[in-house]
Amino acid sequence: MLGFDQNRPKRLLIISPLFDEANKFRHQLVQTMRKLDAQGVDSFLPDLPGCNESTASFAEQDLAHWRDAVMAAATHFAATHVLAIRSGCWLVPATLPGWLYAPAKPKQVLRGMLRTRILSAREAGKTETTEELAELGRRDGITLAGWDLSAELVRQLETEALDLPDGYRIIEQADLGGSPPWLRAENDYDPAQADALAGAIVSGMGEA
Amino acid sequence: MTAETSSTAPTGPSRSAIDETLRAILRDVLGLDQAQVDGFDADTGLFGHLPELDSMAVAGLLTEMEDRLDIVIDDEDVDGEMLETYGGLLAFAEAKTVAG
Repeated sequence: MLGFDQNRPKRLLIISPLFDEANKFRHQLVQTMRKLDAQGVDSFLPDLPGCNESTASFAEQDLAHWRDAVMAAATHFAATHVLAIRSGCWLVPATLPGWLYAPAKPKQVLRGMLRTRILSAREAGKTETTEELAELGRRDGITLAGWDLSAELVRQLETEALDLPDGYRIIEQADLGGSPPWLRAENDYDPAQADALAGAIVSGMGEA
Repeated sequence: MTAETSSTAPTGPSRSAIDETLRAILRDVLGLDQAQVDGFDADTGLFGHLPELDSMAVAGLLTEMEDRLDIVIDDEDVDGEMLETYGGLLAFAEAKTVAG
């Protein structure tokens, strides 16, 4: 867990994206947290089970388990608001207000990972298909782009709709300007985007 | 080309909208300047010509095309011809959008 905690009344729980986008966003999120700290907001970026410094096995995780962990973190840190990014938006507690930054569709994220595996197999001279891999994933779990997905997680990604709870505002990339950090081949940091994101949160908290 | 443009279904996105979206996707996924993608024409080489477009970037490009153009790209759609030039990729995107 990474946090800026001075027992201030405004306390933001941040839910990082899952999978590779967690790495793409890490620097951007930490800098956004510094800016929030400077503007009087405490913030917390927990490591979900199986992710980052968590000692739990990634292969045993699924969305339901991560949702429970997010709820426990919200209680533990006495969060007043939540900011979730991309696939992190699937995990937010409905009981708190907050922001959903460029929510991703579960199916689309799975398709992206399947495609990455198929294209690298093709470069190695092997032919794999989306249908075969998806079936294998649903039955036994599957390793995609280095992530060991449980069968349960594969089934959830295939079938869950993007269900956005009330009480959350959507922040689109166009609201922040600049290019989407999750698309960049190299991890990057854009100070103007961090300013815009922190600014949207601070002004939103002021209205509440 | 004029005949092709005028035959586009009036309810579908206009050619220029798909063109503009596709340039924006290439800009975002490959980290190119707007001026560079504005300069693409039908013969501009993509895969094998742009060093930024490696196979991982291809995966990101196709996924982002599905998302922003609301299309589905099948495994068998992905071949050298589709990714060879900007004109080829645009024609593919237009055909998928009409079919979808």
